[in-house]
Amino acid sequence: MSEVITVNLKIWRQESPEKSGYFEEYTQKITTEASFLEMIDLLNEDLNSQGLEPVAIESDCREGICGTCGVMINGQAHGPRKATTTCQLHMREFSDGDEIVIEPFRAISFPVIRDLVVDRSPFDQIIESGGYISVNTGAASDANLTPVPKEAADQAFDAAACIGCGACVAACPNSAAQLFTSAKLAHMASLPQGQPERWKRTEMMVGTMEEFFGSCTNHGECHEACPKEINLDFIAFMNRDYMKAKVKNRALSGQR
Amino acid sequence: MATNNKTVLDSRVPSGSLEEKWENHKFSMNLVNPNNKRKFDVIVVGTGLAGASAAASLGELGYKVKAFTFHDSPRRAHSIAAQGGINAAKNYKNDGDSVYRLFYDTIKGGDYRSREANVHRLAEVSTNIIDQATAQGVPFAREYGGLLDNRSFGGAQVSRTFYARGQTGQQLLLGAYSAMMRQVAAGNVELHTRAELLDVVTKDGQACGIVTRDLLSGEVIAHSAHAVVLATGGYGNVYFLSTNAMMSNVTAAWRAHRRGAFFANPCYTQIHPTCIPASDDFQSKLTLMSESLRNDGRIWVPEAFDDSRPANEIPENERDYYLETRYPAFGNLVPRDVASRNAKNVVDQGHGVGPLKNGVYLDFSAAVGRDGHDAISAKYGNLFDMYESITGENPYEVPMRIYPAIHYTMGGVWVDYNLMTTIPGLYAIGEANFSDHGANRLGASALMQGLADGYFVLPYTIGDGLADQLGEPAVSTDDPVFTNAVNAIEDETAKWLSINGTRSVDYFHRELGRLVWNHIGMSRNKEGLEKAVSEIGALKEEFYNDVRVLGSADTLNLSLEKAGRVSDFFELAELMAHDALKREESCGGHFREEHQTPEGEAQRDDDNFAHVAAWEWNGKEDLQTRHVEKLDFENVTPTQRSYK
Repeated sequence: MSEVITVNLKIWRQESPEKSGYFEEYTQKITTEASFLEMIDLLNEDLNSQGLEPVAIESDCREGICGTCGVMINGQAHGPRKATTTCQLHMREFSDGDEIVIEPFRAISFPVIRDLVVDRSPFDQIIESGGYISVNTGAASDANLTPVPKEAADQAFDAAACIGCGACVAACPNSAAQLFTSAKLAHMASLPQGQPERWKRTEMMVGTMEEFFGSCTNHGECHEACPKEINLDFIAFMNRDYMKAKVKNRALSGQR
Repeated sequence: MATNNKTVLDSRVPSGSLEEKWENHKFSMNLVNPNNKRKFDVIVVGTGLAGASAAASLGELGYKVKAFTFHDSPRRAHSIAAQGGINAAKNYKNDGDSVYRLFYDTIKGGDYRSREANVHRLAEVSTNIIDQATAQGVPFAREYGGLLDNRSFGGAQVSRTFYARGQTGQQLLLGAYSAMMRQVAAGNVELHTRAELLDVVTKDGQACGIVTRDLLSGEVIAHSAHAVVLATGGYGNVYFLSTNAMMSNVTAAWRAHRRGAFFANPCYTQIHPTCIPASDDFQSKLTLMSESLRNDGRIWVPEAFDDSRPANEIPENERDYYLETRYPAFGNLVPRDVASRNAKNVVDQGHGVGPLKNGVYLDFSAAVGRDGHDAISAKYGNLFDMYESITGENPYEVPMRIYPAIHYTMGGVWVDYNLMTTIPGLYAIGEANFSDHGANRLGASALMQGLADGYFVLPYTIGDGLADQLGEPAVSTDDPVFTNAVNAIEDETAKWLSINGTRSVDYFHRELGRLVWNHIGMSRNKEGLEKAVSEIGALKEEFYNDVRVLGSADTLNLSLEKAGRVSDFFELAELMAHDALKREESCGGHFREEHQTPEGEAQRDDDNFAHVAAWEWNGKEDLQTRHVEKLDFENVTPTQRSYK
């Protein structure tokens, strides 16, 4: 049942990308029924009434699906609860008197915009470089003309469940984006519709990923932090496809 | 408020039989030659299902598209949160579905308050959407044979709903988003993120562009085009607590309204009966639990007033299974509005459950006893987990607590058959327009409409309007119509920062939401609506004088963004009250207590209200004018709904 606890917050404040940031300490009373973001809402309400600028933090759906929210909570991306986005985290995970350190996602490619808000636009650039199946509106055949084995469709879905929040990058010691990129590639490579562009897509997306992000050294922190528990096997899948794509030119030799 | 019952609205529905209208219209519209398409600039605002699909399709056709989203990425749009599925008249199940049946169900479900021709077109193109999405790689659920699976949804008598687990909206949006990103890569779509529309610009009565604010730098920027498309979603957040995302708002639609686009049927709002009740006073949003739970859960409240015993200590004979008692035939599966109103009644009478006495039980103990824990877990496991992560209660052991919440808005910007608003050159698609759902939307039809508009309707109809402008350059952003609009927005921004009152934007939004929910919510009456008009007006004045927005205009400033949105919600809320007052009947999501059958069901008045009410802005100080578009039913005969 609900109880009221007091938590001691250490929150990263940074006015703009150019200025340097610092930790500010706050104390907040809160019922354990509240969500983590509602606790910040209350803090911001208090700050506003004192004439102090609220903490900038992003969230939108607050249902764990849009991928907008995401901060480091005591060093963990999205906080202590497994498979849970920041917005779905509730204060019942914390105890009276706890210190909670709240920082933005940290990665060279995710520069801080303000306080806890970062720029994750390199993810869109990875998608832009090939994360699609080229089919113009109106050009599709009847959906049931192409049967897809249920197992393949299920695997495609498992990969496509990625919400693009960036926790994988934030949790990685190298700030690598392998889990994000491989999820998109595996989604499409699992389906017959994704085959014609499979090799080109893999080369393009991996290439763009490497422009922005660090290299994977198999720590597996990305999977631990992932609110959708995207499988590490997809990274192996991507590496295999990338190697196959690079070994020979497949434009003339079919798809295998 | 002035009423103009003279029909001034031309819906431009083509002639011919219902089945031929769209085909005929496609043939008779003006075309833009492929080589000329690149001479036209089109602005698409919003990148949800409707916006992303439209931007992608227009880019593929060769138009020069500028797409705008106020999110950091197009993939964040609230379409992503849709759970259940998408309807299409494929008849893959061989159970008697057809385009006509989907059309009929949608018209009837909308309580005979939508346009026949639009709804039929929606049903016609529904099948193309499934083909398109599948080709894009949307991983719809499949059967073991590899073909697409369907389920029945929201009380439909056929299985026509395609789905991707409980995340259909996410997968469809990622499909539309990737199609759009392909056009970004091809150079046909120019993507602007973190850019919020703050004004629609017209010249000589024709839409010629928009004004946006860069949410990071605060820069106010003019963008010109030959046509502007609004795909900016619904206005459910006027209630503050809703299942909408935190940032969903009416601003784009409302600013267009203030520039001359009529706003239709604002009082048509949809309540979803199965949401998790608010747990405290500072609750920020409500979470929807799929309606499918009502297939196995039994809804009840304690018979005693203010009963604080835990559910398992309340004996069977002291429980009121009110839906099963009142509606023996449909029981817990009555339509959304009926389930919602009944929940409100029992809670209002003092039978509510939970710490705040603001919910009713949805009890799975009978189903678990009958089918076993594993069978229930296979069906609803993910929903039960979500419930537990939010409430901390295990629904296998204690009954869920649910309560209705605002979920969708059927009203919106008025559009004709071409999806064009009353401002030539300005279009509205998806939830932002009012068109296809009448007074009530069927489950799994929102995704269908957004994608129908974006992929298969607008890309055709927009050409008809553009063809006449061939050879004319877009209006320069140096033109006074743009510079004046930019200056006005800069002044508005400065005004918010200068008020320096005592209360936050969120405080006013929450108070506004309370008024709207109490008086223009699940059931409405004259007295309450009149009260709403005066109280909303008073709170609005307080807002303008006492709001406190800190910080500056040239950095990311979330309170400043919200101030403008809440200001527009205030004006919308007033219009909702007036619209609900004028509509002296009950229909779909609009329930006027004065107009009910002896059994307490919604009573329509087809003689006087079989029309769309579209409101015209007359300036901040003056009341709006109510225009009417008469609805003709040539193919279906309106009937009274009954679920006894």
